[in-house]
Amino acid sequence: MSKKNWPLWEVFVRSKNGLEHRHFGSLHAPDADMALKNARDVYTRRSEGVSIWVVESKNIKASNPEDNGEMFEPAADKAYRHPTFYELPDDIEHM
Amino acid sequence: MTNENLIQYIYGIADNSLILGQRISELCGHGPTLETDIAMTNIALDLLGQTRSYYQYVAELSAKDLTEDDVAFLRTEREYKNVLLVEQPNTDFAYVIVRQYFFDVFHFMLLKELENSKNVNFQAIAKKSLKEVSYHKRFSGDWLKRLGDGTEESKAKAQQAVNDLWVYTDELFQMTDNDILIAEAGYGVDTNPLKSAYYNEITALIKGSTLDIPETPYFQKGGKQGIHTEHMGFILSDMQYMQRTYPDMKW
Repeated sequence: MSKKNWPLWEVFVRSKNGLEHRHFGSLHAPDADMALKNARDVYTRRSEGVSIWVVESKNIKASNPEDNGEMFEPAADKAYRHPTFYELPDDIEHM
Repeated sequence: MTNENLIQYIYGIADNSLILGQRISELCGHGPTLETDIAMTNIALDLLGQTRSYYQYVAELSAKDLTEDDVAFLRTEREYKNVLLVEQPNTDFAYVIVRQYFFDVFHFMLLKELENSKNVNFQAIAKKSLKEVSYHKRFSGDWLKRLGDGTEESKAKAQQAVNDLWVYTDELFQMTDNDILIAEAGYGVDTNPLKSAYYNEITALIKGSTLDIPETPYFQKGGKQGIHTEHMGFILSDMQYMQRTYPDMKW
């Protein structure tokens, strides 16, 4: 195996039908097919999932931590954006 | 057909999984990458899991008071009936993959037929194992394609492995007298009709991997009679060490 690493992939697993795919971790693989197989072996061998997505990490555009001030702080003092001012009937669960 | 006939037939199938599982598990912690290491170890565990079902059945059939561990670990070399292919060493990753692929394609075809056995135990084991083995076959086949169609080095190594291991493929289809007896009873599988489909399938994939089919004047045989290659003794001494040193030990 050459020293050059295979590309990095991010793995998303749906743990059961009806739930969304969630980020499980990352792994190396030469291509998308292999990434899917590796993900199956690395992340679902204890039956953690029913569906897997893989996406090459370089295709993810991430926010820059240096921009956190302008990106996220303006939301901090706007409590009225939370839907906490509604009265919920007791029978409604999981809100 | 006696129970002993049936037991010998089971050895012919289960010992392949046991010895190949043992061979692959030697790689645990030594795979070329973390991801392939886990994948190969998973395959080893699948194979060892399958042998448990077979050997439990052997213990049930046997007139002697045996456990699955006795069957797996306390036989002598001649009493193991695995084919020579599965005992070949982990020379390099290409060997590991080619050995796996040559076995997986056969294993899949065998289990597909065994699923229709008149024996309910065989049916159940085959049904469960098939899902695992179809994945093994995809894994090894995909890797063979990548090695053959990869770099110059991976291609050369894959070709070498194909050339060296090809001579062990024919034995997969060898029918012993006992195999014929069990097949005729509707319990076992007549592998003769599977042979051409097998060679068509592996030939297509090897050629698709830009590799050549070797020409072989003869094929190696003997494992199904218990006559093994020089590697087998080393595998057994490793595998049997714990049971021989601490008889009846349990987890």
